[in-house]
Amino acid sequence: MNYFKALFTIVKKDVLMEMRTKEVVNASLVFAILLVIVFSFIMEPGSEVEKKIAGGIFWMAVTFSGILGLNKTMMSELEGGNFEALMLAPVDKSAIFFGKVISNMLVLILLEIILIPLFLIFYSINIVSHPLMIAVLFLATYGYALVGTLFSMISVRTNSREIMLPLLLLPIMIPILIAAILSTNIFISGSDIIYSYNWIKLTAVFDIIFTAVIFGIFSAIIEE
Amino acid sequence: MKLLKKLDTIFSILLFFVVPIGLYFAFFYAPLEKIMGLIQKIFYFHVSSAWIGFFAFFITFIMSILYLITKKIIYDDIASASAEIGLIFCTIVIVTGPLWARPTWGVYWTWDPRLTSTLILWFIYVGYVMLRQFMEESQKRAQFSAALGIIGFINVPIVFLSIQWWENTIHPNVVQKGGGGMHPDMFVAMQVCLFVFTIIYISLLIRRLRIIFLERQVKLLELD
Repeated sequence: MNYFKALFTIVKKDVLMEMRTKEVVNASLVFAILLVIVFSFIMEPGSEVEKKIAGGIFWMAVTFSGILGLNKTMMSELEGGNFEALMLAPVDKSAIFFGKVISNMLVLILLEIILIPLFLIFYSINIVSHPLMIAVLFLATYGYALVGTLFSMISVRTNSREIMLPLLLLPIMIPILIAAILSTNIFISGSDIIYSYNWIKLTAVFDIIFTAVIFGIFSAIIEE
Repeated sequence: MKLLKKLDTIFSILLFFVVPIGLYFAFFYAPLEKIMGLIQKIFYFHVSSAWIGFFAFFITFIMSILYLITKKIIYDDIASASAEIGLIFCTIVIVTGPLWARPTWGVYWTWDPRLTSTLILWFIYVGYVMLRQFMEESQKRAQFSAALGIIGFINVPIVFLSIQWWENTIHPNVVQKGGGGMHPDMFVAMQVCLFVFTIIYISLLIRRLRIIFLERQVKLLELD
């Protein structure tokens, strides 16, 4: 079986499972919406601050609800020894990993798509106010799914998985968070989009470096 | 094991002599700073700890790569010992930094790239040490912490860059080119301190490795 076929088989399996159970999306979606509501108490209603921190709220909601979702998906992989069985498959191990990355990314993108109109309703702020924002969404979500999948794979094997995932993931994700939040704010505030170029490049570099590194080390860290 | 014991003794004796020399150079040889006065003495320990901390994490990075290539447990032992020691020095940096910053800059903390990335580095290796504590199985533990040791270290320059863009720096560049001047005697004292700290690092590393080996022997005896 070739690399991409294996990869998309995993994605297909995850999408099918998610469509049947809706476990991950339901749990993290409700949490994400709740976070947006709770975060709104940071500022006075209708204040000008809204525009400055909406990007932060958006990405924090995605990050924290994403952690919930990542834990959940990886747990269901581990139950019943599904993950071990996958690792026995005669394909490149990293194909399975990147399949999981893509399916986690799909869940995160779905979350984002649902959150965007919510910001329009609650704060009258359009998160996607510039076409380049699509690139930011795509690159940052991929980077998040990439390191998130790896660390959720690691943290589910520990004794205290709920605590370990955010502890490992958040410090590593800081460049992506800063880049995503600041470039989102640049688009929302209507400043010159030139300022966002560096952030988009930084996110892309993060994605490329860690895709290469994880591709290189994955089979070595997973083999028995 | 015998060799380690011998090395441990040699370095302990060596430390007995070099630590007073380091203290002499820092407190008596180096001239008193005109404006900052005595508080500037913290500089010799702060900067040396920072260098040794980074160096220790670099050793963890190299040993993690070697472990993944060779799968020899000794590299994992060195990586974990070095990470723990690096964490201690990193903690010293984070504690002495604010102590020095308060009288000279007027604040305990600023969100300067070097400070902030050191703090994030500290969190990454706290995660590393915790991950090791929460995992029982030694092979999985070695593989996963090697992944974290590699990814965490590669992430440092990206974190640094992102924070540098996020906030303009006010940290004085004393050692780099074009920075504020330093009295030549101060520079000598700093180098002596750095040497002393390197000896401390090596001796701690040897002792920690000895403990790891002894622990393994005890475990084997328990199994028998």
